[in-house]
Amino acid sequence: MFLSMNWIEDFVDLKGLDKVELIHQFSLSTAEVENEIFYKGSDLSGVVVAEIKSVEPHPDSKKLHLLKVDAGENELTDVVCGAPNVRAGMKTAFAKVGAKLGEITIAPRPLAGFMSNGMCCSEAEIGISDDNSGIMEITDDVANGTDIKDIYQIDDIVFEVDNKSLTNRPDLWGHYGIAREFASLAKRPLKPVETEDLSQYDNLAKIDMKIEDPLCQRYSCLQVENITRNVSPVNMRIRLYYCGMRGINFLADLTNYLMLEMGQPMHAFDSRKVEKIRIKRFEKPFVFKTLDGVDRNIDENTLMICNDNTPVAIAGIMGGLDSEIVDDTTTLTLESATFDSVSIRKSTVRLGHRTDASMRYEKCLDPEMTTTAIGRFVNLLKKYDNGIKVVSSLTDEYAFRYKTISLDFDKKFVDRYTGIEIDNNTIVDTLTNLGFKVTVEGDNFNVVVPSWRATKDVTIKADIIEEITRIYGYDNFAINTTRSPLYPVRTEIVKSDEDKIKDMLVKKYNLHEVHSYVWAYNDELKALNIPVEKNIKLANATNPNIETIRNSIIPTQLCQVKSNTSYGTDFGIFEIGRVVKGLDENNLCIERKNLAITLFSKTKDIKTLYFELRDMLEVITNDLKHQILTFEKAEPQHSYEHPINLYNICLNGKEIGRISIVHPVVSKKIDKKANIVFAEIDTEDFSSIKATGIVYEEPSKFPQMDYDLSLEIPNGVFYGDLTNCWKDAGTDLLKNTKIVDTYDTDTVHSITVRFEFSSSERTLSSAEIQEIMDNVIKNLDKIGVKLRT
Amino acid sequence: MDEKILNLKNKLETELSEIKDLVDLDKIRVAYLGKKGSITALLKGMKDLSAEEKKAFGAKVNQLKDLASEKIESKITELKEKEIKAEIAAMPLFDVTTPAPMERGSYHPITLVQRQCEKIFKSMGFTVEDYPEVVTDYECFEAVNIPKHHPARDMQDTYYLENGQLLKSQTSAAQNAILKKYSKNLIEKDIPIKAIFPGRCFRNEATDACHENTFFQMEGVMVDKDISISNLIFFMETMLSEVFQKEIKVRLRPGFFPFVEPGFELDISCLICGGEGCASCKHSGWLELCPCGMIHPNVLKEGGIDPEKYTGFAFGLGLTRLAMMKYGIKDIRDLNSGSLKVLSQFTDDE
Repeated sequence: MFLSMNWIEDFVDLKGLDKVELIHQFSLSTAEVENEIFYKGSDLSGVVVAEIKSVEPHPDSKKLHLLKVDAGENELTDVVCGAPNVRAGMKTAFAKVGAKLGEITIAPRPLAGFMSNGMCCSEAEIGISDDNSGIMEITDDVANGTDIKDIYQIDDIVFEVDNKSLTNRPDLWGHYGIAREFASLAKRPLKPVETEDLSQYDNLAKIDMKIEDPLCQRYSCLQVENITRNVSPVNMRIRLYYCGMRGINFLADLTNYLMLEMGQPMHAFDSRKVEKIRIKRFEKPFVFKTLDGVDRNIDENTLMICNDNTPVAIAGIMGGLDSEIVDDTTTLTLESATFDSVSIRKSTVRLGHRTDASMRYEKCLDPEMTTTAIGRFVNLLKKYDNGIKVVSSLTDEYAFRYKTISLDFDKKFVDRYTGIEIDNNTIVDTLTNLGFKVTVEGDNFNVVVPSWRATKDVTIKADIIEEITRIYGYDNFAINTTRSPLYPVRTEIVKSDEDKIKDMLVKKYNLHEVHSYVWAYNDELKALNIPVEKNIKLANATNPNIETIRNSIIPTQLCQVKSNTSYGTDFGIFEIGRVVKGLDENNLCIERKNLAITLFSKTKDIKTLYFELRDMLEVITNDLKHQILTFEKAEPQHSYEHPINLYNICLNGKEIGRISIVHPVVSKKIDKKANIVFAEIDTEDFSSIKATGIVYEEPSKFPQMDYDLSLEIPNGVFYGDLTNCWKDAGTDLLKNTKIVDTYDTDTVHSITVRFEFSSSERTLSSAEIQEIMDNVIKNLDKIGVKLRT
Repeated sequence: MDEKILNLKNKLETELSEIKDLVDLDKIRVAYLGKKGSITALLKGMKDLSAEEKKAFGAKVNQLKDLASEKIESKITELKEKEIKAEIAAMPLFDVTTPAPMERGSYHPITLVQRQCEKIFKSMGFTVEDYPEVVTDYECFEAVNIPKHHPARDMQDTYYLENGQLLKSQTSAAQNAILKKYSKNLIEKDIPIKAIFPGRCFRNEATDACHENTFFQMEGVMVDKDISISNLIFFMETMLSEVFQKEIKVRLRPGFFPFVEPGFELDISCLICGGEGCASCKHSGWLELCPCGMIHPNVLKEGGIDPEKYTGFAFGLGLTRLAMMKYGIKDIRDLNSGSLKVLSQFTDDE
């Protein structure tokens, strides 16, 4: 919203103050002002009122005329002018030689063979409207040679306030409310608005008007006749133009002017079209043509202004084409009303049509303002068109009143909230200047919130703190640290595990952390032959590509692998992110935090790659939990899982994830020559398992005895099966086992296992070790594992 | 007999001069000085000599023995030195100027920025909280004083799910649960609530270089008996100076957010010009950074905390925005793209 400093100064005397500094203060205390401040008229000088005394056609040009102009000097000035509306006897804005219009300095110059000593200007050329159709016509009775800046308010400081920062301030949607803030900041009095005393018309007939719907809070109206003025006064048009509105005609301009001044939207109907004003909703949808000529679909929730049963305006949004003021209108009905803010906002959204009026109504306007606005309207109407006649009494139905809000608080409350000392007088003055009624008794305050702040903005004590502190100025605050008792801060295991996992994957295994979206990427998955698995969907996704919430990070990650195939021959990516595993018994999402890792390689064989991933998981688990993972054969559940080498990953007997090779159908879509493996782990399950901690064992003083066994391993027997054979041998002397050699031929897979025995109490004898190993060998034999010969 | 000694001595000298390695040298040592060696044999051949002769001859043999030992020892030393020299000479010259393999993993830039912030907050006694992404209407709105008809609830801003839950549109959705979690400590043990909750948020909007439907925020709260606006300003200034690693000035302006009262827009002195005014701050000297404010009494109440006894402040930092500012990332969509050309550059956890 653009604001004019001249307009503000109608209501508060700011003489002698630095206005730009005040605007800056306003930005810090009230609402955000955009950076650029416009110094209107600053680049205009030397333009005067002049009368065109004679107009001669140019001998060689159809467009140009030769003028003699009286610019208030001793002699008439010769000017060549191309404006179509030039005529003898008219007064216009005349830029004398030496005048400045923006970048241009007027100098005498020959034009089509004749000297032109100045320029007749259009309104656009002097920057007071966008009318460039002809030269400005000045109808006011002013002496020739008068500087136009002396008669019109061309010099002005205009600034823009970010509308978003006014969301909660219905009182700031007009200059008067803004002026109240400036008055508070400048500590100068706010002048009252001049209004017409409408009680003098009480004896006139009332308008037939009735509110039939609770969505209308207050409806005030008045009938006026005999408006003869068509063009608005220049100063009014300048203000509207500076504030971003186009001049239309006097009546339309005046309703806009009122809205920009008081913040109250108004509407003028042709009285013949609104003989029986009813405010209501319709049960059935219909089409309604608004005054901009657009057909709009009205539904059963949209509040309408009607002439009995005929809709004539969309309440608070826009008038209808049929009830507009037309050339033969003699009597008009002025509307000044307030409506339910939520209803207006919703209708605006439904209609897809936001207007200057609806924007204000959405903010909860003060219903007290409707009649004041009519009083102001009539005041201005009379001022500029003194023949007008009020022909009805003020008709006003006040259906919904906001409660008067009265708040009690004490000095201690203010001290506690602010943390600084603000004295009682400052509190009283600040609030009083803003329109609050304040009574003080000692350190106890009672404030009554003014109606324009009481519609939703100021409702509790904390709101009063804001009023006091913002005017006090946050820059003036002394700042202090807090005093708090000492206590330890713990990091939750899920969080510390997450950090450690990331560190290991990045620092030890050179993987890259990625982020992705929480929903399945339909198009990208389709390209990889991965169907989107059924899961809960977004109810209001605007993009059909993103409707289903993912139940695993892997499909997303495979899409990301696909998009990175040109990055390198070998890479691994991981993400710790959220998935939803269906709904629980209360119909709530089962949300889990998963770790997903995918490795991609064009240089390593599948076994090497698979074990790289397996080892990573083992090492991380061992590092974080001091435990060993176990693997259980799993059946494929997802289209992208390879059925072979697919395992559930278990920790401490709990299934926490899966490891798999990517199914060839998918793998080939990503890269025909690459091997891809993945694992996904539920980090919450992982973290729910406690680390066993470090168990220290005193090194034995007695020698360790090693025993090597070379074994032939039949197909299908896993090392995990072997370990059971020596676990079952039941000895605590066996401290460690490791594979020291592997030997494979086409037919035989064999390994050499070293068994390390020791005791902390004695030297072991070969005989007792042999006895243990005999048992181990017997157990191995049971599962078909023979000694290599 | 003396002749024998002399011959033996000459023979040894000849053999030693021809020796090439330690193995052969050892053979010579055994051949002369071993139990069955030729010098030892000389002693054995003495039995036919007279006592006088024995003595004289024995002394000569012993002399020879010592000489032989000495010569052999010095030869050993000589050969060992030669061997080390040869080993050193055999060492090839390496080219240390070849490039090292620089394969490194990388953190997501959000992780890096989040960790930096967490570190600062932990050092000031804040706990770090984790919170789900799918939340209820109560958590996201009702509990943080966003009334039924507030525009923030409009369907077009928030992603709703089929079951009525929603993807949290702001980290404030965690505020209620966190206040509840720690309210007992506050009330019974006088332990102030100090917590941050970083998390991913979602807004139903079209994406472009500056807009994302998925982004990270970090919200923080502090609640205690007499937390004031003065404390809030102090805290924000201290914390942000740590975050940006330079002296930061902050400026508060009134801002409207339903969960705080008073609510503020916080500006920081421009990071580029320090407040003088430059192109990046549009010559104002300030950058709008984050919303903050005194926690609304209704929010405290809903979290089980009496607003007449306790006050607190809350703030929301845009982690995504911080990451973009810090690293100069121009297109917000790069962050969720998974593109390793972008992400692999973030190798350091500072």
